[in-house]
Amino acid sequence: MLIEQSRMKALILVGGYGTRLRPLTLSRPKPLVEFSNKPMVLHQIEALAEAGVTHIVLAVSYRAEMLEKEMKVQADRLGIQISMSHEEEPLGTAGPLALAREILAGDEEPFFVLNSDVICDFPFEEMLKFHKSHGKEGTIVVTKVEEPSKYGVVVYDNQSGKIDRFVEKPKEFVSNKINAGMYIFSPKILDRIQLRPTSIEKEIFPAMAGDETLYAFDLKGFWMDVGQPKDFLTGMCMFLTSQRQKCPEKLHQGDGIIGNVLVDPSAKIGDNCRIGPNVTIGPDAVIEDGARIKRCTILRGSVVKSHSWLDSSIIGWRSQVGRWVRMENVSVLGEDVIIGDELYINGGRILPHKSISASIADPQIVM
Amino acid sequence: MLKAIILIGGPLKGTRFRPLSLDLPKPLFPVAGFPIIQHHIEACQKVEGLKEILLIGFYQPSDAFKTFLSRAQQEFHISIRYLQEYTSLGTAGGLYHFRDVIQSGNPECFFVMNADVCSDFPLTEMVDFHRQRSHACCTMMGTEASREQALNYGCLVENTDTHEVLHYVEKPGTFVSSIINCGVYLFSPEVFKHIATVFARHQEDLPSDDSFALGSKDSIRLEQDIFPMLTGDSKLYVYKTQNFWSQIKSAGSAIYANRLYLALYHKTHPDRLAAHGEGMPSIKGDVYIHPSANVDSTAVLGPNVTVGANVTIGPGTRIRESIILDGASIQDHSCILHSIVGWNSTVGAWTRVEGTPSDPNPNIPFAKLDSGELFSEDGRLNPSITILGRNVTIPAEVIVLNSIVLPHKDLPHSYKNQIIL
Repeated sequence: MLIEQSRMKALILVGGYGTRLRPLTLSRPKPLVEFSNKPMVLHQIEALAEAGVTHIVLAVSYRAEMLEKEMKVQADRLGIQISMSHEEEPLGTAGPLALAREILAGDEEPFFVLNSDVICDFPFEEMLKFHKSHGKEGTIVVTKVEEPSKYGVVVYDNQSGKIDRFVEKPKEFVSNKINAGMYIFSPKILDRIQLRPTSIEKEIFPAMAGDETLYAFDLKGFWMDVGQPKDFLTGMCMFLTSQRQKCPEKLHQGDGIIGNVLVDPSAKIGDNCRIGPNVTIGPDAVIEDGARIKRCTILRGSVVKSHSWLDSSIIGWRSQVGRWVRMENVSVLGEDVIIGDELYINGGRILPHKSISASIADPQIVM
Repeated sequence: MLKAIILIGGPLKGTRFRPLSLDLPKPLFPVAGFPIIQHHIEACQKVEGLKEILLIGFYQPSDAFKTFLSRAQQEFHISIRYLQEYTSLGTAGGLYHFRDVIQSGNPECFFVMNADVCSDFPLTEMVDFHRQRSHACCTMMGTEASREQALNYGCLVENTDTHEVLHYVEKPGTFVSSIINCGVYLFSPEVFKHIATVFARHQEDLPSDDSFALGSKDSIRLEQDIFPMLTGDSKLYVYKTQNFWSQIKSAGSAIYANRLYLALYHKTHPDRLAAHGEGMPSIKGDVYIHPSANVDSTAVLGPNVTVGANVTIGPGTRIRESIILDGASIQDHSCILHSIVGWNSTVGAWTRVEGTPSDPNPNIPFAKLDSGELFSEDGRLNPSITILGRNVTIPAEVIVLNSIVLPHKDLPHSYKNQIIL
C-alpha cells in the first residue's frame, strides 16, 4: 500500500494575506499561525505525510520568507518535499492547479487539493480508497451543516456518491451537505483548467458534475473553516474535543483545569487559576495566579496576569494582559500587545505592538 | 449660644438617589463610612458655643433615625433632636413652623444646612464673618461655578468689597453670576420677621379650601421667597469658599462625595484612613475600612474606597472608586470599579462590576458635578456609576456595566447599560 502511494502529491491552496484572520496575520503568514499549538498548515501537512504523500505544493499568491524557511524545516523533519508555487496574480481556487501542472501531472497518480483553512480529522486514506473505487476524475469531501441556506450545497446520490448538481444558497431544502474544501483528483482534471483566475467551485465542479465524473465523500466527525477568529475558536473547541477521543494523554490535567485544555510543557500556570474548558496555551506562556480562562487561545510567550478573566479570545504572541482585565466576545490581540490593568475589552481587535490603557466596551478595531 | 439646623427633607425627596434611598433615608446614607449628615454634625461640633442641632424634615421617625440620633448624641455630647414637619413645608416653612424651638434659649444666631451637600463646612469662619457685619441677617456660603453650570443653582451678585449680596435669583434661565449658593447659611433670629411677612402674605393670597394647594399655603422657600427680599439692604452677605463643595443629588454623586470626604480625613480624622502594613490588604490612596470588615490580605483597595461594617472581601479582589455597604460579600478575583454595592449584596468570583464616573469636567475651572439625569434627551440610559441595591446577588464570572439593580434581585447573567427592576 505504501509503495503504491509513495509518489502521491498534494496542493494546498494558501492564497493571499489571510486578511480575515487579522490582526494575527499581520505578524505571520496564515499557514504559520498556530492552531492548537501547531501551525495551521502543519495539521494538514502532517496528515498528508502520514497518508503517504511525498510532495506537497503550497499555492501562495505572496512571497513570505518566513513561510518558505519554516516549510524547509518541516520538509526535512518529515522527509517529504514541500514546494512553493507563487502566483504572479491571484489565480482563484482552480488556477493554481494549472500553475503546478508539471508537478501534479507527472504520472497517473491522483493528487490531493486542500483549502488551507480547513480543520478536521483528515480522512486522506479513505478519500483515496473511495476515489479509486469509483475511478472517475474527482472526489470532493462534503460535510453536514445546520443551516444549508447560508452555503452552496451539494446534491448527490447517497448510494454511489455521484454528484448531480450544486445549488448556491438554496431557499428550499435540497441538501444539507456542503463542500468541505478537500479534494482528490485524477490528473485528467488538469485538461479542464487554464492558467488564468478560475474558481474551482463555480466553474470547474459544475462542469464535472454535468459530465458525471465528480463524486462526494461524506466526512465523518468535525469540520471547521478556521479562517476567521470566531470560527478559529469554534474550530479549536471541536479539535480539542476530538483530541479527547483520540489521544486524551495530550490534554492537560490538574488542579483548576476544566474540560479539554491543551498546554505546552514550557508554559507556566500559577496557583488558584481556573482554566478551561477549551483553552490552548502556547509555549513559554505565563498564566499568573488566580486567572480564569475559557475558550481561548494563548499564543507563544504571552503573559496573562493575576485575577484576569478571559473568554472567547485570542492572545497574540508575546502579548501581556494586565491584572483584573476582563476580555471577551472574540477579542483578538495581535503580536506584542499590552493591555493595562483593570480594563474591559469587549470584542476588541488590536493591531500588533499597541499598548491599551482604556477599556473597549464595544467591539472595535484598534489601529 | 449658637444652634444648627439640618434640613433633611423627606421620603418624597431624594428620588434621584434611588434605589439606595428605597432602603434608607438619604441623609443617613453612608459616605466615607459615615451617614451624610454625620459630616454636618461633626463640623457643627467643632464650632465654639454651638449647643444644639435640630434636624427638620418630614420622614417618619424610623428605627434607623432613632438609632442614629441616640448614637450621635452620645458620641458628640451635643443635643440632637428631630423635628418632624406635618408635611413638606419648604426650606423656610419648616424653620418658621419650629421658630419657637429654634429660638428657645435665645441663640445669637443659627446655622441652616441642607443635608444634601458635602463640604468641609467652614462654619467658624462664617461665624466670624457674620459677627463682623452687625446688620447682617444672613450669611450665605457661596462658591464659584462655571458659567453654564451656575444656571442650575441659586445665583448671587455680590459687592466685592463688602460681600453684600446685591441680587439673588434661584436657577435663572440666563446667566446672572457665577457665584452660587452652597445651601449653608448662618441666620440671625431677625430672619423670622422676614419669614413671618411672607407667611402672612401667603395666608392671604391662597384660599384655604383649595385642596390642590394643600400644604403649599404654609410652604415657604428660602431660595425663592426670602433671599431675593433680603438683597440690597445690608442684610444678606456671602461668605465665599474655595474649598470643596458638591451637592449629593444622584446616587452617582455619592461616589464623588466619598472621595472628597476621604480626602478631608487627612486633616480631620487621619485615624479613619486605612493603613498599610504586613499582612494587610494593599491600599492605594484614600480608603476607609470599617473595623468589623473582613478584607483578605491579597485584596487591592483604592483609591477612594469605603468598606462598610461586616463586609467580606475575598482574596485577589480589586476595588477602586467605590462604596461597599454593610454586610456585602465580594468574592475572589472580582473587580469593582466606580460602583456602589448595596447592603448584604454578593458579587461572585471573577465578576466585574463597573460604572462610569460622572466627575466634574477637569478642564473647566470651577466645574461641578452634572445633575446626573438618568436618561439622555434621546431616551437612552446615560452611562453612570453602577449601583447594586440591597441584597442583590451577582453570579460568578459575569459583568455588570453601567447598570442600576433594584433591591433583592438575583441576576442570572451579565447586564450592560440597563436598569434591572
